[in-house]
Amino acid sequence: MQQTRSVEIGTGLFVLLGMSALFFLTTQTTGGGNFSAAETYEVEARFGNVGSLKSRAPVAMSGVTIGRVTSVVFDPDTLEAKVVFVIDSQYDRIPDDSDASILTSGLLGSQYIGLQAGGSDIYLEDGSEILFTQSAIILENLIGKFLVNSGSSNID
Amino acid sequence: MVSGDSENLIEIRDLNYSRGARVIFKGLNLTIKRGQITAIMGPSGTGKTTLLRLITRQLIPHRGTILIDGVNIASLNLTQLYKMRRRFGMLFQNGALLTDLNVFENVAFPLREHTELTNRLIRHVVLTKLHAVGLRGAADMVPSELSGGMARRVALARAMVMDPDILIYDEPFVGLDPISMGVIVRLVRRMNDALGITSIVVSHDVAEVSTVADCSYLISGGKVAASGSPDELRTTKSKLVQQFMHGMADGPVAFHYDAPDYAEQLLGRDSE
Amino acid sequence: MRALVREIYISIFEFVRTFGAFQLFFLRLLMHSPTLIVRRPGLVIKQIYNTGALSLVIIMVCGFFVGGVLGLQAYANLAKFNAEDSTGTVVALALIKELGPVITALLFAGRAGTALSSEIGLMKATDQLSAMEMMAINPVRRVLVPRFLGGVIAMPMLVAIFSCVGLFGAHVVVVELLDVDVGAFWQQMRYSIELIDIYEGIYKSIAFGIVISLLAVWEGYNAIPTAEGVGRATTRTVVISAIAVLILDFMITAVML
Repeated sequence: MQQTRSVEIGTGLFVLLGMSALFFLTTQTTGGGNFSAAETYEVEARFGNVGSLKSRAPVAMSGVTIGRVTSVVFDPDTLEAKVVFVIDSQYDRIPDDSDASILTSGLLGSQYIGLQAGGSDIYLEDGSEILFTQSAIILENLIGKFLVNSGSSNID
Repeated sequence: MVSGDSENLIEIRDLNYSRGARVIFKGLNLTIKRGQITAIMGPSGTGKTTLLRLITRQLIPHRGTILIDGVNIASLNLTQLYKMRRRFGMLFQNGALLTDLNVFENVAFPLREHTELTNRLIRHVVLTKLHAVGLRGAADMVPSELSGGMARRVALARAMVMDPDILIYDEPFVGLDPISMGVIVRLVRRMNDALGITSIVVSHDVAEVSTVADCSYLISGGKVAASGSPDELRTTKSKLVQQFMHGMADGPVAFHYDAPDYAEQLLGRDSE
Repeated sequence: MRALVREIYISIFEFVRTFGAFQLFFLRLLMHSPTLIVRRPGLVIKQIYNTGALSLVIIMVCGFFVGGVLGLQAYANLAKFNAEDSTGTVVALALIKELGPVITALLFAGRAGTALSSEIGLMKATDQLSAMEMMAINPVRRVLVPRFLGGVIAMPMLVAIFSCVGLFGAHVVVVELLDVDVGAFWQQMRYSIELIDIYEGIYKSIAFGIVISLLAVWEGYNAIPTAEGVGRATTRTVVISAIAVLILDFMITAVML
């Protein structure tokens, strides 16, 4: 009997350890789930170019993540990319004239949406649209421009 | 099941079995009588163990029938077969105790698997059976601590625990010292008479078998070569029986395995 | 020439026959599994202990060092692009999707698979399985199914533990020793790892668990009942498991892409 008890305890500990490892992996290594539980509101914005922004990319303000992109689709009417993202409800006093830009974290890092606060007294709410947007900086274009500029400056 | 009134418990008719190209039995006939100790003897390699496996349908004969209480065991489905097997207790050559259980749990094993008895009742039954084989004191030992004779006695207790009708012993006397051997011989006899069961003993140990068996069969060449009580066998004229019963080195079962001519092989002529 | 053709014919025939028998064996195990779990959970628990809990030490030690070396390599190479903040991402992806399941599977085959094969092979060689048959107890149900289920249940746990310990090992090396920012390490990881990556690891671990346990039990049950036969069955378990795991890994990865 003593032996079966220790087997049972050992197995119990092992399975608990396995379960908690699995729980750790699913919650701590993925970005998913962080905002799904909390109350959020939905905001959309249109960009001329979203670069490689994907859904689930973070939305940050002053460097702090406050939300997450839920969908990136092409809008055939305006011929622009429509990005929908959710913001945690606790941040409910973001001016509606804030501007959204697509930024890159580090040189090779992934892209995210950065919000820059505006000065309006009206705040963003569920369904609002951010009107001031700045597209992603495309590295190739940037390099292209730089080459053209430096080329012309040499001629001068 | 046919009610067991007839005298013959097991009847084997025209049994044929071969393993690969090797013919083991061709036309073997044998009957085992209720309540007796029947010995099956024969030189090594005649398929005595195979015969046991056929009787318990661990193997299926290629031709011929095996009737137990008049029922052809080849016709049973798995459920019926397992029901039939519960009437058997079998003692394997080396005991075949389950190595991860101790002696007590080994004996309790069939009870735990087949019955819903309470722990107290199981304990009672198991200790009774262990007492019968004289090993109640070894209940907490594990199989690796047992000597060969003790392991076989534990296996006997385990075979007895479900109160079988038929007890089968596969080479119960092999590799035992004289004392253990005497103990096992006495146990075989006592179990048979006290519990009114039918025993089948497979062995090539003529002297020991002679002391316990009511009836013996000598198997050779895939057939029954001789049968009768041990005394009858000893006085048979058949050379094979004489060689076997008296342990002579040469006779119908040759001392030399088939080989080319000795002188020729030594002188290396066969290669030319 | 004719003999050669005949030889080839026979070996193909034998292969197909063995393969078929293997599938039927798998079905038999599956058939007995549900009732066994319900009626005799104790048997399965004991085997989870034998295959899982007793493999824990080797899994954790190996996981720690595999994670550590991954961190070291990823850091050394990413640092060339000033991208050492992505070390966490690289390590976590490699661990969760590939190395966790595969290395755990190989260790599992070596530690638990061989133990299963040799145990069952020895039970066969010492007539224990026949003895059960004679006690009207189905050895497939009583001996093989619990061991198979124990392996199948233990494997995903071991993989999860391996990956976690691996991440911890990488954390120790990259954050503590190489001074990468702890926030960058974990935050970058969180941005780029998605639930589907974890699922991929879990799917793989389940598939590997089934394959290894099945092979181990099969090899043991079909071992030639001698000391040599059991030894050979044990070796075959490791070799075939390793091959099967790597092929299966490729197939699952290709499907999940």
